[in-house]
Amino acid sequence: MDHPIKRDHARFRRIVKGKIRDNLRKYISQGQQIIPKGSDAFKVPMPSIDIPRFKFGDKSEGGTGQGDGQNGDPVDGQPGEGEPGQGEAGEGEGAKELEVEMSVDDLAKILGEELELPNIEPKGKQQLSSTVDKYTSVGTTGPDSLKHVKRTYKEALKRQISMGVYDPMNPKVVPIRKDFRFRAADTKIEMENSAVVIYMMDVSGSMGEEQKEIVRTESFWINLWLKSQYKDIEIRYIIHDATAKEVEEDVFFRTRESGGTLISSAFKLCKNIIEEDYNPAEWNIYPFHFSDGDNWSADDTKVCLQLLDEFILPNSNMFCYGQVESRYGSGQFYKDLSQRYGTEHDSVVLSKIKNKDAILDSIKEFLGKGK
Amino acid sequence: MLRTKPISKELLALQKKVQGHADDFGLDYFPQVFEMCDYDTINILAAQGGFPIRYPHWKFGMDYDQLSKGYRYGMQKIYEMVINTDPCYAYLLEVNNWLDQKLVMCHVYGHNDFFKNNMWFSNTNRKMMDVMANNGSKIRRYMERHGVNKVERFIDRVLSLENLLDMNMLFETQDVKKSRFEKELAFREEQEHGGYVVDDRSSALKSYMRAADRKESLQKLVEDDEASDLMAEKNTTKGMRDILLFLIENAPIEEWQADIIACLRNEAYYFLPQRVTKIMNEGWASYWHSTMMNQKVMDPSEFIEFAKKHAGVMAMSKKNINPYKIGIELFRDIEFRWNTGRFGKEYNSCTDMNAKENWNTKAGLGREKIFEIRRSHNDISFINEFLTPEFCNRQQIFTYKYNPRTQRMEIDTRDFQAIKQKLLSQLTNFGSPIIEVEDANYKNRKELLLKHIHYGVDLDMQFASETMSNLYAIWKRPINLATAYEDKKVIINFDGNEMKVNNT
Repeated sequence: MDHPIKRDHARFRRIVKGKIRDNLRKYISQGQQIIPKGSDAFKVPMPSIDIPRFKFGDKSEGGTGQGDGQNGDPVDGQPGEGEPGQGEAGEGEGAKELEVEMSVDDLAKILGEELELPNIEPKGKQQLSSTVDKYTSVGTTGPDSLKHVKRTYKEALKRQISMGVYDPMNPKVVPIRKDFRFRAADTKIEMENSAVVIYMMDVSGSMGEEQKEIVRTESFWINLWLKSQYKDIEIRYIIHDATAKEVEEDVFFRTRESGGTLISSAFKLCKNIIEEDYNPAEWNIYPFHFSDGDNWSADDTKVCLQLLDEFILPNSNMFCYGQVESRYGSGQFYKDLSQRYGTEHDSVVLSKIKNKDAILDSIKEFLGKGK
Repeated sequence: MLRTKPISKELLALQKKVQGHADDFGLDYFPQVFEMCDYDTINILAAQGGFPIRYPHWKFGMDYDQLSKGYRYGMQKIYEMVINTDPCYAYLLEVNNWLDQKLVMCHVYGHNDFFKNNMWFSNTNRKMMDVMANNGSKIRRYMERHGVNKVERFIDRVLSLENLLDMNMLFETQDVKKSRFEKELAFREEQEHGGYVVDDRSSALKSYMRAADRKESLQKLVEDDEASDLMAEKNTTKGMRDILLFLIENAPIEEWQADIIACLRNEAYYFLPQRVTKIMNEGWASYWHSTMMNQKVMDPSEFIEFAKKHAGVMAMSKKNINPYKIGIELFRDIEFRWNTGRFGKEYNSCTDMNAKENWNTKAGLGREKIFEIRRSHNDISFINEFLTPEFCNRQQIFTYKYNPRTQRMEIDTRDFQAIKQKLLSQLTNFGSPIIEVEDANYKNRKELLLKHIHYGVDLDMQFASETMSNLYAIWKRPINLATAYEDKKVIINFDGNEMKVNNT
């Protein structure tokens, strides 16, 4: 049996999760920084989990140290740096910044619970992909190595009590063959469903650093959620000004072009990508478009709407348009889209993102439909 | 749950050898038991303050989380752990090499001697393992009865007040003890009238029950006699620093809550002597591991590795004083001074620097002196009496403070008086602010007024306000705290909803 401290530990982890949930908005606006690249765990600093006490303020207190140096030399560095490795029991004082690790799955779960995101019903053919065995249930047969001792004795106790042979003064419980319980595997069939997310972003002169930061942060959280929903996910990136091209992730968030904006160029490229690589019958397709709402001309907007109607909408789960507010953008494209599809359209989701704090609500708008 | 093992035959032989040397050097210790455990177990034990069974609480889980991560990433490693009990238990780590085990054993005998002989430990309960285990099962029972969340939340609140202790409680004189014993006897008699069953309830809980009785009889008095004199009761709590005891006796709480406070208070007092003798205790143990290793136990081939390990433990830091380092150096300095007769009127009034520098009366009193000091001092008196300007200079000690202009901590001064002052103020009241009860019926509205005895350092207001809201949950009436903030005298008030700072 596990040591009781494991229960304390689990309890602590739950409190931590609760804290993350409470501060989700803050973490979301910080975005990507909390997950190092290529890692599937993320770290959040958590300063306030310590039990509050009457204690001295740090700054006015100062302290004493040892070493060389002139008056006025800084003593900064981590407190306790070079501390001895010998720990004494019962000494837990001192400020400690807690860094908590959490897996990406857990984070996605918290995001989903907090935003009340529905699980996505995937479309497309459900190929039988694999069976997974998880030892979560209890059965009456099995090998000795999987014997569930506690349950076995519980059964034996139940039987003895009901048969009236249990003597509390002499609490002997002897399991017989019938009492044996074994851990048993639940076989789960996991369906293969694949998704592709196509991000399109306007990188014309009017999209500044701040706007791109918002797109970057939002796409990070969208990816996080979709990854938790699909086993297999591909992400493609398109940037456009007057012309569109497909780029790597890094480039997507870093380039800054200038010049005009023809949104249709991106939609055309998106269409090409889908046609070439992703059969809509098998893939769940998510095109996302981010811009500041300026398009070159009303004519081009017409082309865009046509592309949407004829190809993109019929072939994708939903089309999402996020309009990032910028000083230069007119926001016309949002108006055009909402005129055409309304705000309640089934597979067109429109969202205005005013600033970093609005990211959370925007994510909810995009993913709240469970498609 | 027993995850520790007895130590091997070889280690037992080593223990016998080390113990023999400890005897030769005149150390006086409790029977010493070493047990072997793996790193996970030692992390568990360390998270629980050295004890195998504690009450359930997430803070142990948090400490365990940190310790095991620290170990996993190679940031830190616990070499040893020793608990103040009789017999004295110490845990060795399985993965440590032979030299580590030698070093740890020598170190542990130093701690053991200190636990047994230092007078601040004279009243600690040496059967604390049992008490902790009992507290654990009591609190588990309360959780079953009242709900885990409810009890845990209450514990959170009590822990938030855990450092509001009265150091004098550690060192009760015989007279005090005697009068307490008499009171206890009187209470027993009272019990027979009151119909209480004699049992193993903690003395603090009994004192709660006594207080409840007193209130009742007082109530009767009031009813019987129109002349109520409640004000007399008020004065008895003024100046009380044992806030937890104050709450047990005076707060409107249920019996289980009083019992939980009593359990946690008991544990906090158990750990208190270790907090007021940190420098001495570690210094003393380090002095003995160093002395015994160098003179007796170490194999010549182990010299380099030992020097490296020892230096690691003694590492100096600019941010804070390493108690191991200051402790051992101070003991050595004292030994040297008393060996060469550098003390007393004649030495102190000598003005010839050259003579002072080479002073040696061959007094040879050093060893005797340090044994005497380990018996009768705590960190404050230790520093106060034996810190010298020469010592500070040699140890390169300085004070630092925050410079608002550069927004960083900077070296302030190497002046002896300033250093001593700073060290003493850091050690005062084991590094916690001194908070005492001023008025338990403030404004005649049953509000609580606490007083922070301000010695120049402000409280952390964020923490203070959270602590007060926890206190409010127990006291159930507004909490007031008289303190000073940014050179102004203020009374902070928490009325259950919000914090207000009033200038006085």
